Amino acid sequence: MARVDGPAVTSPARPVTRGGREDEPGRRAVEAVWRIESARIVGALARYTGDVALAEDLAQEALAEALVSWPRDGVPTNPSGWLLTVGRRRAIDAFRRRAALDERYAALARGLDEGGTTTGGPPAGTEDVDVLGDPDRMDDDVLALVLVACHPVLSREAQVALTLRVVGGLSSDEIARAFLVPTATVQARITRAKRTLAAAGVPFAVPPREERRERLAGVLAVLYVIFTEGSTATSGDEWLRPDLAHEATRLALVLVGLVPDEPEAHALLALLELTAARFGARTGPDGEPVLLADQDRRRWDRSAIRRGRAALARADALGRGRGAYGLQAAVAECHAVAPSVAETDWDRVVLLYEALGRLAPSPVVDLNRAVAVSMAQGPEAALRIVDELVATDRLSGFHLLPSVRAELLGRLGRTDEARAEYELAVRLCPNPRERDLLRRKSAALRP
Amino acid sequence: MKYMLIMRSTDEGAAAFENVSFDEMLDAMGRFNDELIRAGVLLAAEGLDDASKGVVVDFSTETPVVTDGPYGETKELFGGYYVLDVASQEEAVEWAKRLPMAGPGTKVEVRRVPTIDEFPQDNEWIRKERAWRESTGQL
Repeated sequence: MARVDGPAVTSPARPVTRGGREDEPGRRAVEAVWRIESARIVGALARYTGDVALAEDLAQEALAEALVSWPRDGVPTNPSGWLLTVGRRRAIDAFRRRAALDERYAALARGLDEGGTTTGGPPAGTEDVDVLGDPDRMDDDVLALVLVACHPVLSREAQVALTLRVVGGLSSDEIARAFLVPTATVQARITRAKRTLAAAGVPFAVPPREERRERLAGVLAVLYVIFTEGSTATSGDEWLRPDLAHEATRLALVLVGLVPDEPEAHALLALLELTAARFGARTGPDGEPVLLADQDRRRWDRSAIRRGRAALARADALGRGRGAYGLQAAVAECHAVAPSVAETDWDRVVLLYEALGRLAPSPVVDLNRAVAVSMAQGPEAALRIVDELVATDRLSGFHLLPSVRAELLGRLGRTDEARAEYELAVRLCPNPRERDLLRRKSAALRP
Repeated sequence: MKYMLIMRSTDEGAAAFENVSFDEMLDAMGRFNDELIRAGVLLAAEGLDDASKGVVVDFSTETPVVTDGPYGETKELFGGYYVLDVASQEEAVEWAKRLPMAGPGTKVEVRRVPTIDEFPQDNEWIRKERAWRESTGQL
């Protein structure tokens, strides 16, 4: 009968190719396996060694070895088992080296030896299938890994880099390209993050329920930052970098599978799906941004909308009320189901932003509420909210504040003031594409 | 990127799993499908009823001839498919290698599924198809 936990098709290895571009198929096969399995491999190695930083190093060593060996010898029948076996063998080597110094490491090395991975010769690649075969255990490992990568002792950018690396399986190069920073910067962030975790003595374990929930909030925030970075480039010419947004959505899907009883995890997935559904319509033919009001809604991805609404319904069905992500997802849903800006249920959007403002007070939420109020009740009521924000100086330096104010003043016929606000917004806006858009809106004001 | 895994099997390939109980089969397929769902890659999947219950419309003659299945000359029968959203063809292949209930006589063809965006958007039929896809959520 077919094995259920491994590759049942024992296809012959790829033809051996050597050197230059001919290594490409082997390298890409390694990357494909890595994308699917890296979190589990790092997770399993972290459980063996009790040390995430070491596990990540070992996994990287195994990956490097695969990149040499697979293009040369062909892809093994059980690629993830192969990687895990190599990782374990490297772990034993590392512990043996340290064993002379520390009895604890000696005990670990003996324990690992019993796993039967020290037979020498090329890894058979099947002996660790048992470790990858137990879904509950793997889930615990991956969840522990996510929680450690997003641990509160780490800075946000360290959490983002580490999560993409150990959970998402991205290389430093890929992360660097996505965030438009040098590869060395990403490497330094990851190295520093590992050192911080070690210094803080962060254990590799899923914490008890109450702490787990608290820590999970941090994970959701990290995924949201990754998504946002993908949906609005804070610098550079590209308005959209969909790969990071896609990656964040994939990670949110994985997370929902790990903690299906957490409404905010479903709600975050809903928010990401419903927001990403609009990506296709958010840029014009030359890559220029298109605002919500001007978007061709036929270009919205209905499948993503359907998935997003289903995720929000799952969050609601857990019956614990809506959190910050649930409320934002509900706003996104209002837009997603509306045939046009005019036919959007703006009263409901205002209510949702009011609820969000009570739950998680923020001047950005107030600004969003002002926009919704301008649609539900008119520009005058909205301008009062915006002027309050200006008066309390809580969003100074944020280009969207003068941008919204300009829009409202324009609608009220206060053209000169509107033009001045657009100029201020252009000065503050970091994205060149968006600056062009602001200039065009200013030029279009009625004289 | 969307890829279709097309499952094909000879009589011999199918016979190899004849003695596997229905529960065992459900368990194996269920685990595999669950993996796909958890990895966030599964878009669609269907398995087909027995080929002997189907018919074949043959265009070899001027007027198409309808015959009872299975397909006669055909050595491999099409049994079902998966549609996955993956990062590369290699990732699709990696998933294909993990298909359960497969052995000698079974082949899985991995083919990219082009999106509607790759067709000329000013063509009237493409516009109609896009409208249908948009209304049914199949972009």
